Amino acid sequence: MNLAYEFDWSVLWRDPYGLMLIKGLGMTIFLGSCAWIIAMVVGILVGTLRITKYRTLRFAGTFYVEFFRNIPLLVQMFFWFYAAPMLFGETLSRQINRLDYLAIYVSILGLGLYTASRIAEHLRAGFASIGQDQYQAVLSTGLSQLQMYRYVIIPYALRLAIPPITAEFLTVFKNTSIVMTIGVAELTFQSYQIDADTFHGLEATTGAMLIYLALGMTIVKFMDVIEKKYKIQGLVGR
Amino acid sequence: MMFDVIVRNFSYLMGGLWITFQLSFFALLGGIGLGMLVGLGRLSKNPWIYYPTTIYVNLLRNIPLILVIFWFYFVMPVISGKSMDPFIAAVIAFVVFEATYFGEIFRAGYQTISKDLIAASYSTGMSYWQTSRYILIPIAFKRMMPSLITQAIVTFQDTSLAFVIGLPELVRRSSIVDNMEVRSIELYGFAALVYFIVCYIGSQISLYYENQARKVNLI
Repeated sequence: MNLAYEFDWSVLWRDPYGLMLIKGLGMTIFLGSCAWIIAMVVGILVGTLRITKYRTLRFAGTFYVEFFRNIPLLVQMFFWFYAAPMLFGETLSRQINRLDYLAIYVSILGLGLYTASRIAEHLRAGFASIGQDQYQAVLSTGLSQLQMYRYVIIPYALRLAIPPITAEFLTVFKNTSIVMTIGVAELTFQSYQIDADTFHGLEATTGAMLIYLALGMTIVKFMDVIEKKYKIQGLVGR
Repeated sequence: MMFDVIVRNFSYLMGGLWITFQLSFFALLGGIGLGMLVGLGRLSKNPWIYYPTTIYVNLLRNIPLILVIFWFYFVMPVISGKSMDPFIAAVIAFVVFEATYFGEIFRAGYQTISKDLIAASYSTGMSYWQTSRYILIPIAFKRMMPSLITQAIVTFQDTSLAFVIGLPELVRRSSIVDNMEVRSIELYGFAALVYFIVCYIGSQISLYYENQARKVNLI
């Protein structure tokens, strides 16, 4: 039997599907941006832990990175969404599961913590390229350990690590698509929903691809500007 | 916590892991094979090869893998006229997607070999094939090995996304058992542990090759 497929591209703008895609894009941008903030804060913290002189802190940093890097993001999401609330005991877990936007909170937190492990790795590479004499020079000016990291080493390493962190910023928006599996209505979820309603999944996913492409190119342009602004003068550029 | 749910469903879950391994195997085989060609295409001086490969790579790298899986799942019936086996759809999607990442690794690997090295090996009297066989390929591979293994681990983790088109791999089977028995902590904890063990071993192997290459000043 040959089912001739009839294309119907109007699912990309027809009411209500056009609005669904736009709402999905909005959710994707919202999730990605929120997750990014968590990722940067936690990532800087964990990355710095890995180069301190205290063995316990270093171990904690390494453990964090290995834990998040070696488990698929999908499994992490399922764990945070289905299993983690149960860890709080019966009464509290029932209250957690009753939260209105639980899936959205879990997505942001899960995505943020996962991306943090990757930022920490890039940052560590940045730290590694700062010579030991720099640390000694900073300390000899009379700054404390904490001040050394806060005012010299972290800003320095962050600027060195900007190119890989830029790539990570693009990845976080792509990774938001995974939270469709826990029912968050972002862009991929919406295109799949259009398929469920109309059986025109091919057109819907093609449309979603084009939207991701446009989003990706916008982000790359935006990050180019940031990269130029924070580039360390005198180093070999790309 | 009651781990009897894992014990009772152990063979079912391990069957899922076996599908995960099979999918990873085909994805890597195709992804690395196609990736080698993509890497060459990205260095080609022929614009008819260079631009299509570059557009292909940049296009795929901007799109989430889940969407690529869906797209192939939806496009296959349109082409062939019959509904699609999710395993085949997943393999095709992974090969097409991962080849762009492997392609960039190969491009970087090919590019690290200096022209002087090639000239030196010619000057010892080696032929083109001998140069490739004994000088270029071994060195390029040693340099690329850590990144190749890292990307292989990423691919292995990515196969969990075939969940979305109903392929009964490890995560899907964990979720099926979870729906019946509501033992989320144990089941997803177990899946996480299995992935962690495999990927951690992989990352240690990658580290070993990195240190090897560093020892002989290849990196």
